[in-house]
Amino acid sequence: MHELPVTKGILAAAVEAAEQNGARRIIAIDLVIGNLASIVDDSVQFYFDMLSKNTLAEGAKLNFKRESGTARCWDCGHQFDAGIPLIRECPACNSARLHVSGGREFYVESIEVDDENSSS
Amino acid sequence: MKIPVVKNILSANDQVATENRTTFDQSGIFVLNLMASPGAGKTTFILATTDRLPEKLHPGVVEGDLASSIDADTISARGVPVVQINTGGGCHLDAPMIRSALPHLPLAELNLLFIENVGNLVCTANFDLGADLAVVVASVAEGHDKPYKYPGIFAVADVVILNKADLIEVFEFDVEFFRRGLEMVNPNVPCFILSCKTGDGVEAWVEWLFDVVGLG
Repeated sequence: MHELPVTKGILAAAVEAAEQNGARRIIAIDLVIGNLASIVDDSVQFYFDMLSKNTLAEGAKLNFKRESGTARCWDCGHQFDAGIPLIRECPACNSARLHVSGGREFYVESIEVDDENSSS
Repeated sequence: MKIPVVKNILSANDQVATENRTTFDQSGIFVLNLMASPGAGKTTFILATTDRLPEKLHPGVVEGDLASSIDADTISARGVPVVQINTGGGCHLDAPMIRSALPHLPLAELNLLFIENVGNLVCTANFDLGADLAVVVASVAEGHDKPYKYPGIFAVADVVILNKADLIEVFEFDVEFFRRGLEMVNPNVPCFILSCKTGDGVEAWVEWLFDVVGLG
């Protein structure tokens, strides 16, 4: 479980971007997290609510966009989405020789902030 | 209003990792990040390797451990320079921890550094330390299903060691099943099957490492 440093990273990236743009409050943070990146959404939100107190991001909503990995069969070439749990046999030909790639994305995509004018 | 960011969540860590990599490169040190579950035999593997290194290679070790200095003491007793990092409860090493350990190592005397990460097959995979080679040490006693259960760590490996090969029959370890799992998440990753206890297979690994370090 490393959601605490992960959450600190999310908060830092979001606050930095907000400050650079002169925003006063962050309403939402859009995250892209691969399905195979070993991150637990609820746990991140839990830490976030604690860490974001008294920052621009207090009360911000975390939106998790989950990206699937891709599995490809070495034998028949069939491709399909790979998530958790990992499938160990090709659904097309039952081969156990698969290759899973992707699904490891791990970044802050964008933030939604209060427009300066409306927040005053 | 939406503001695009597109920034890696662990970019603070990655930045320090890049600084570490620069320091290592400038000092001419090749760095291995050893990741494994607790009890896979990381420390024994380091010693089995350092015992067989050609004279040209001068190793040092950074030991990551939650609470004890047992491993560092073992390594120090063999005359290898070692620095201990205790993470408290932390489940992985990160780049700033390595950064803070560097002043305690005789960098000028070393050209090979083993970083023994905290025993953990999950968290260690996400934190770049600035190493040149990600080594995942699995062991027969853990079972042949580990690449399927912990795909993340096997996916980031540059080389996989399967230790405790002397126990393959005892544990009815299915080498083919293990290899298929590896092929699934990391095709073509080199895999050395060896036993640090008997020494079988260790030479082949050391020769490979020597080639990769490129001092030949």
